[in-house]
This record gives sequence, C-alpha cells and structure tokens, in this order.
Amino acid sequence: MHAIPSTYAGVADVVAVLVLLTEFAMLRAPLLRSQVKLYAFQSLVVSGLAVYVAASRHINDLYVLALLSFVLKVVLVPGLVLRLLRDAEVDLAGSSVLGVASMILIALGVSVFGFITVGSLHVHSIALPTTALAIAAAVVLVAFVLIILRADVVSQAIGFFSLENGVSVASLVVAAGLPLVVEVAFLFDLLVAVVVFGVLMRVHHGRTKSLSTEALDRLKG
Amino acid sequence: MSSILVVLVVMPFVVAVATIFLPVGISKILTVISGAVTFALALALVPTATTHTQIVTGSMLRVDALSVVFLVATTFLYGATAVFAGGYLHLADSPAGTRYGRRFYAGLNLFCWSMVAAPLVNGLALLWVAVEITTVISALLVAIDDTDGATEASWKYVLIASLGLGIALLATIIMYYAGTTVFGSAYDLSYATLLAGAGRFPPDVVRLAFVLAVLGFGTKMGLVPVHTWLPDAHSEAPTPVSALLSGSLLAISFYAILRYFQIAVRTLGPTFPRNVLLIFGLASLLLAALYLLSQRDLKRLLAYSSVEHMGILAIGMSFGAPIAVVGVLLHVLAHAAAKGTAFFGAGSVVRKFATKDMTKIRGGIGALPWSGAMLVAAVLALSAMPPFGIFRSEFLIVSGGLSDPRDTAAAVLVILVTLAFFGLSWFTTQTMLTPDLTAVSADGTAAVTLAKGEVSAWIVVAMALGLVALVILGVHPPAQLSQLLNHAASELGTPR
Repeated sequence: MHAIPSTYAGVADVVAVLVLLTEFAMLRAPLLRSQVKLYAFQSLVVSGLAVYVAASRHINDLYVLALLSFVLKVVLVPGLVLRLLRDAEVDLAGSSVLGVASMILIALGVSVFGFITVGSLHVHSIALPTTALAIAAAVVLVAFVLIILRADVVSQAIGFFSLENGVSVASLVVAAGLPLVVEVAFLFDLLVAVVVFGVLMRVHHGRTKSLSTEALDRLKG
Repeated sequence: MSSILVVLVVMPFVVAVATIFLPVGISKILTVISGAVTFALALALVPTATTHTQIVTGSMLRVDALSVVFLVATTFLYGATAVFAGGYLHLADSPAGTRYGRRFYAGLNLFCWSMVAAPLVNGLALLWVAVEITTVISALLVAIDDTDGATEASWKYVLIASLGLGIALLATIIMYYAGTTVFGSAYDLSYATLLAGAGRFPPDVVRLAFVLAVLGFGTKMGLVPVHTWLPDAHSEAPTPVSALLSGSLLAISFYAILRYFQIAVRTLGPTFPRNVLLIFGLASLLLAALYLLSQRDLKRLLAYSSVEHMGILAIGMSFGAPIAVVGVLLHVLAHAAAKGTAFFGAGSVVRKFATKDMTKIRGGIGALPWSGAMLVAAVLALSAMPPFGIFRSEFLIVSGGLSDPRDTAAAVLVILVTLAFFGLSWFTTQTMLTPDLTAVSADGTAAVTLAKGEVSAWIVVAMALGLVALVILGVHPPAQLSQLLNHAASELGTPR
C-alpha cells in the first residue's frame, strides 16, 4: 500500500531529517558559540526548504518568506547572540544537568515518541509529505529536552529559537499556503522575542556575572 | 460603529509612543484618559454586539459578543490600573527616576495595547501574534524593577511562556491544515471562515490542534501543570503590572482557548473539548487550593488565587449547561475587577509596610483605613461572598454543573473553592484585622509602629472603582450586559 514517495516528498523529508540532526548536534555541542553556529546552519536549511517548496509548488510568497527568514534567523539572530557572548567573555562550556550520552538517549526517546504519535494521526494528504510533519514534531520535542537539560540562558534561548525552526518546518509542510501577511507577522514576532530575550540575557548577565541559570532558584512555593 | 475598532487598536499604541517623549506627570494623566476612553468605547460596542453577530473592519479587525466581553474586562482594568499606578509609583526626582517612569508608562500602555488588540483581531493567526506580543512586553515589565527576584522571575516567565506559545503556534498551524482539507491550500484563518467549515474538518487533526492549544495558551493562562511561571512573575512584577497580568492577561489567554473550543465543538461535538478542560481545570483548582493554605507572601497568595480562578473558568466551560457558560463569562469580568482591586490593596500594603511577608504585616486596617478595608472586601469578593460579582458567577457555574447528570465535578468544585476560601481569608484577615501593632513587637518581629494614613488617594479611588463594578455585577448587572453574556454563551455552544 506504500506508494513510492515523489521527489518532492523525498527532498522535504531529507531536509526535515537534517533539521532534526542539527537539533541533536546542538544538544551535544559543548561550546555555546558552536551551538549558535549550528542554529544558524539549521535556519539556513529551513530557509532552503522554503525556497524549494516555493519553486516546486509555485508559491511566490514563499520566496519573500525565505528571504526574510534568512536575514533574520541566519544573519541577525546568531549575530546578536554571538555579540552577547563576546561581551560576556564567558562563551565556553554551556553547563548541562546530565552527561551527553544520557541527553542523547532521552532525546532519541522523545523524538521516537513524537514521530510515532504524530505519524499515527493519519494526516492524509495527496500533495503533502506527512513524514516531514512527524519529524518536525520530533524537532520540537528535542528542543524541549535541550531547554530543560541545559542550565544556561544562551542554550535555553537558542533552544526556543530552534523550536521555532521546527514549527517552521511543520508550517512549510502542512500550511504552505498560509497568507504572507501572517507569516511576516510570525517572523516579526520572533524578531521582537529575540530582542527581549537579548535584553533579559544582558540583565541576567549584569546581575549574576555569569550565563548560568544556577542562581535562579530563589523563588519557590 | 466599525471605526470604534480602529480607535481602540490605535489609541493605546499612540499613547505608548507619546509617553516616551512626554514628561512623566503628563504621561500619568494621558494613560488614565486612554484607559477611560477605551473602556467607554468598549461599552459603546455592547449594544451592537448583542444585536449583530459580528462587526468587521477591514480584513484584520472583527468583534462579536464573545470578544466584547473580554474587551470590556481588559479595558476596565486598563483604566483602573492607570489610576492606581498614579498613586503607586514613587519616582525619585532624578534622571534615573524619570527614565524608570518613562519606561514604565510606555511599557504599561504597550502591554494594554496588545491585550486590547487580542480580542479585536480577526483570526487564529493574528490572535497568536497578539498574545505573543503581550508576552514579550510583559516580560520586560516584570524585569523593570531590576532586582534579583525580578530578573529570575522574568527569565522564567519569558522562557516558559514562549515555549507555551511555541506549542500554541503549532496548534495554529495544525488548525490551518485542518482547514485546507475543506477550503484548499490558501485561505485566511478568520473566525467566520473557520466556524463555517468546522463541521467538515478531519476530527483527529482538530483534536490534536485543540489539545495543543489548551496546553500552549494554557501556559499563559496559568493552568496546572504549566503554571509554574505565574506565582513568580506576579509577585516580583511592579504591582500595577501584577494586577494586569492577573486580571487581564490570563483572561486573554482563556479567550484564545475559547476560540479553539468554539471550533472544536463544531467538529468533535462537546464531549472531548469539555473533558480536556475539566482535567486541566480540576488540576489547577486542586493545586491552587493547597498552595493557598501555605502561602506567606501576600502577592503570591493572590497569584495562586488567580490559578484557582482560572481553574474555575476551565471547569465551568466543561459543564454543558448554557447557564454555566454565562457564569464563566461573568466570572471573567468579575475576576478582572476583584483581582485588580485585591492587587491594588496589596500594593498599598506593600508600600506602607515595605514587605510582602504576611507574618510581618499586622494591623493593616489600622494603618490603612480605606485601602485596608477595601482589600478585605476584595478578598471576600474573590472568595465568592455576596453581594459581589463572583458570588453570582460562581453560583451560575455551580448550578449549571449540578443540572448535569454527572454532577461530581460540581461537588468537587464546591469543596475545593471552600478550601481556597479558608487559605485566602485566613491570611488576609490575620494581617489586616489583627489590630494591635505592639503585639508584633513583643515577640521580636518587625517592631515598627506605623502612622495611620493612606499611601495615596489615587489608590483608594482605583480600589473604589473596582468594588463598585463588583457590586454592580453582583447585585444587578445592567440588562444589556446580561444580553451580551447570553449572546456570547450561545456563540460558544454547538450550532443547532
């Protein structure tokens, strides 16, 4: 009953897997700087997927979206975070609660869970590769693992931005026709969120003289 | 009529921009005017919203009875908080004080702007955008005091709420996908379109979208187990911001959930969406009631009371009876007024006693004859005492629940609300009504004798506004408001 996937579906799936693998790489990256670079690479892949979808499905709006997301997520956001790291002068060693092996095992577990759960929904569609949607769900879940297990503000912020990349893949797969104005509003929102995350990261660094979230345990009950 | 929507969505933004350049004294007045005018405009929409199904302006703005309910709640609190902030802020006469004042008023107005815009925009995608903007602006406002506590609370808040909204974005996209099966690959996510086609959406997909939406927007609404940012942010933010977070922001997130609920009942029938809300609601109510019994921080006490009331809203929606839905919508209005007033009172107490620790606060009414007494009244209102609005709304919710053959949930609701009442009123009466200031100094704690007198007349006025609204809602809501609530409740039901 399984038909051979079309080239379009194949390419979309491969790109989605690439995004997921980058997410795993971010999980194990020991340096904050390399984590930011991996995020930039992941965003580049997502922008590429947007161009590919635009070309093969003839949705011209998506070219604009791809350009905007390239400027924002590949150039601006990583640039801002890298500058913050340079100013903070503590760019090394994002601390983590667990060892790399345990983190990867947990991430594998949740991504399989996400893949199977969303896959079992039978999101039928003729033109759309639904495997990519299941992989996007896995990306989102691994981003959660990254945020939960990394104990520094930069990793947590990057985790949130990469979660947004996972959602972008999902939206390219199942909602490619979303009106441009809405997509631009989403991106604008991300820009505002980046600025606010940046401000709060600076405030945090200014108060604690570190990027670790270890000091953030006073408020309880 | 439709130009009102444009004014509503433009004015707070313009005021926010103006406050960056104007002296703080003028910003203060301007914010009060903006709050009062938006509230008046929201009230002006009430008669039309009860007779027309919707008012549309352009492709972006639209209101119906449901959105007007939330608009009235939000704009009321905007105005009242503007008055309160005038008395609460004590700005040093220095460049630093001026800078703080400018940032505060610009942030406050922007925050209110985003919350006014959320019920005005037409469609799930723009709704998500508006709610996300409320998050980022309020996170900055939580951080504005620049203390260790505020830094921690704002980081937790922005991270947890953004993750929640990441999930909500996924819900938006999946709901869009559900629509493509009916409307083809390109359409706008406007409410009218979605509601018209909802009956033919694929059920599994809508089920996933609804659960993700409840989880995602529920994070911002403060539903357990995704409420963890809420007590921290509410207690560490400047008190005017706490009042807005609690009274308006949580309600706006609930509004977003109701929009998904509206679609989900049309696709799936009422059982599934109601059960999801029932589970989250019961968890919230139970946990909040237990935490209320062990709080020592005045603002955290009120924060957990918010979790409790959001639980009541979710449970109320899970009851099938239309009367319970009317109760839920009335509860949104009454909770905004009551929680706003309670936070204003808490702000007055915190200014006077210079602590939030309730073990160190005694003789509140003695020191603060007006705002202390009104704080007690507001807490009684929050505990659903007559003649206040929450009495009426919880009465409607419970009677709706009891009319259901499965009335266990209503019974549990009553028990847990009673438990919450104990916690809330025990601590507040202890701090406010224990008259003797010297009794405290005898056992060695805070031996300050405070002079009798209010912190500011502005605070008293703001609290009086809230209590008057609560009494009106409780004793005799205006006929048009009742019509509005009935109309909105019928919009939320399944079509016949």
